[in-house]
Order: sequence, then structure tokens, then C-alpha cells
Amino acid sequence: MTDIKLKITDRDGVMHEIEAPTDMNMNLMEVVRSYELAPEGTIGICGGMAMCASCQCYVLSDHELPEKSDDEEAMLAEAFNVKENSRLGCQLHISEEMDGLEVELAPEEL
Amino acid sequence: MIKTDILIIGAGPTGLFAVFEAGLLKLKCHLIDALPQPGGQCSEIYPKKPIYDIPGFPEVLAGDLVDNLMEQIKPFQPTFTLGERAETIDKLEDGTFVVTTNKGTKHNAPVVAIAGGLGSFEPRKPLLENLAQYEDNGIAYMIKDPEIYRDKKVVIAGGGDSALDWSIFLTDVASEVTLVHRRNEFRGALDSVEKVQELKNEGKINLITPAEIVGLHGEGKLESVTIKKSAAEVEHITLEVDNFIPLFGLSPKLGPIANWGLEIEKNAIKVDTFDYQTNVPGIYAIGDVNTYPGKLKLILCGFHEATLMCQSAYQRIFPDKKYVMKYTTVGGVSGFDGTKKEAPKAVIKAID
Repeated sequence: MTDIKLKITDRDGVMHEIEAPTDMNMNLMEVVRSYELAPEGTIGICGGMAMCASCQCYVLSDHELPEKSDDEEAMLAEAFNVKENSRLGCQLHISEEMDGLEVELAPEEL
Repeated sequence: MIKTDILIIGAGPTGLFAVFEAGLLKLKCHLIDALPQPGGQCSEIYPKKPIYDIPGFPEVLAGDLVDNLMEQIKPFQPTFTLGERAETIDKLEDGTFVVTTNKGTKHNAPVVAIAGGLGSFEPRKPLLENLAQYEDNGIAYMIKDPEIYRDKKVVIAGGGDSALDWSIFLTDVASEVTLVHRRNEFRGALDSVEKVQELKNEGKINLITPAEIVGLHGEGKLESVTIKKSAAEVEHITLEVDNFIPLFGLSPKLGPIANWGLEIEKNAIKVDTFDYQTNVPGIYAIGDVNTYPGKLKLILCGFHEATLMCQSAYQRIFPDKKYVMKYTTVGGVSGFDGTKKEAPKAVIKAID
């Protein structure tokens, strides 16, 4: 299997059911960008280095995801609108274990 | 009024390399950048991170790339307006442009090249409802003059180097320094973390972690803040303060450039890929700030765009001059500072 299904709720509350490849070395932030679920320039600003929080999302399903790295923890500690289930999309590497994952994009920081 | 040939807005890698290409055409450049140092994102966000796709560099640290570019353009004596944001643009009757910064510095040039990346870096502001009313009445996002904190009670929020460094610095200035951070761990240079630990042990820094500031109070000016300890059982703390300095880093905003009458698409400026000119003749956009079909936000693409932009700018400034591109290996590099770099001449000598 090379594609998984994801449910992503955009910042306007619209839910999108999309397919994401597991063999393209993509992360969740990049998947969101590839489907243009958030306007360019409002997500993935730092390029995926866990150095901004523009790709913050809330994990809604109970998938077991990889632990947060120190960088991700540190960035989330300085981000806004952070909840218990916050993750940085750029740090979630698309894998088969994520099939069916449901996430919601956090509001844009203004 | 600062006068130049090409006024470059944004001193990131693309803007810096444009100075080199312009210099080969004997065009002078001046750069404006909102940050206090050149290098853009490379210096501000990730100076210690490696880049692997700069042609000819299997691996280069972003900060080193900036240092190398500064060295490469040195002969062309670029001048800078740093720490100021380009605010407005006006076209004069002679067809040249005047760009004015937020501090009122005026720049005049026949060509403007916007190399603004993702925009100018603005401080990230915490989400507190009455934040705006205390801005400049006790709340500041940057420390310009530390003396205003003399004998004041100051609370700093943040977990990075600037929060650590300013907390340390202000212990010698303010009467009371409190540092609030959402976690116990800080992301900063080891020296700074250890110094804060030491100052905390000596009672010179009041460290409150894990915690965050959730409320602001005061009549006309800031008088106290509410601090919420993350551990649920603890009551909120009210701390009397004169100043609150949130240091949550910077985030880029396209800002005033968005109102310059340029065609914008996807938070970027639309250009013609022939010469990276915008819909306003004489204004170009190069690097991450532009968009066109097939656009990739890569430094190496910015270098290419800067090169073609300079050729077009030359023809705009000198419409009647004939010119053909010359290889640096053939023509060498003649700096405005009188330096000349050129390939060594071959020696012709007979062998007996």
C-alpha cells in the first residue's frame, strides 16, 4: 500500500477526505500544502524545521503517533492556541500507521 | 535621500546575490531590511542549519552562506538600511521611485527589486484580549533602550535565547526580573541557560515555569499580570509589574508591500518570468516573494532570478547601451573599491 486516507478539517471548518502517499517522504504539512487546504504563505512558513507553528494541527482521532522531538516540544511551548492534542504537521511523517488519521488545522496566527 | 541604481528590498541570499550580478554590470545597489542584520531567514531563523542544494556546496550552513555572499559582494560596496521596513513607494515624474521606510528614511532609484522573502519579520504577539491597549504603556516586543527598565519591575515571557539573554541583562538594570515560560526546558545557548539557573539560585531572577501570562491589568498603563501555572491545582498568581516583554520570536508578514499596487497571488507577487518584472514596470520581484507558473521557493532559483533581473534592469537604466553578458573567468571582477580579481595569465616559456 502506498496511499493512506486522511480527514483534514481546514481553518474554515470544512472537512476534506484526501489520499496521501507514504512513499514520497512527505509530512502532514506538505500534504496540506499539496492539496492547498490552507493558502500558500500561511502554512509551512519555516519550510518544515519546527521553527514556526504555522502548521500546528489538533489530532482528533486516537492514532498512536511518534513522540514529539525536543524541537517540536519547544516550538509548541511558544506557539499560540496550543491544546493537549496539538502537533506540528511538519513533524508528522506520512506512514501507513496514520491511515484514517483525523486532524484539524489550528487557526492562523495573526 | 539615498540614491542608488537598484534598490533592493530584503537582504536575504537572493537580495545579496543581486548585488553581485548588478556589480558586474557596474550598477550600484542599496538594500533595505527590517531585520538588524543581513541574511534574511538564513541568519534569523536557521543560521546553524545545513543547506544541501546550493550548487557547488555539498553542505553549507545557512549562516556561512550569508557570510560567503557578503564576502562575494564586498567589492561592489553595497550600502544598507537595516532595522527599517520599506513602507511606501512613490513614482516620480522622471520615472524613478522613492521608497520610504517606517522610520522615514527615503531612497531613490530607477529600479526597485523586491527580494522580500516571506515578508518582513514582525514580533509574534501573545493572544491576550487587551494587549493592544498596553502596547507602549508597559508592553513592548523589542528592547530598544534597556534604560527605560531602570528600577522597574519587569516580567519577560518566552523560552528562547532572547528571553534568556534579556532576563540576564535586565537583572543589572531592573529592580525585579521575572521570567515566565510554558515549560521547564528552555531552547537557548547552554551558557545562557546555566546563567539563568545561577541567577535564579541567587534570587535575582524570579523564574515561574511551567506557566503563562493570561491576563493584563492596569488603569491607562500596565500595573499587574495574571500568571497561570500549568499545574492545575495551583491558583493563578497576580504579579505586580511595570513592564511586560513577550519574546516569542518573529514571524514574517508581507506587510505594506501588499499595498503597492502589485498583483498578488497566494501571498506572493506575480512576475513575468522573462525578467521577473511585476505588473509595474521598473519594479521587480525575485526569490521567495514572487510567484509564477512552476515557481519553487529555493535559494538557487532566487540566484537565477536575481541574475536575469539585473540584465533587464541594466537595459531599463541604459536603454541605448549595447551590452553582452561576460563570463567572470574572462572579464574578471572589477570592484567599485578599485580591487580587481581575474584569472592568472598563462605563462609562455619555451622548454629547452
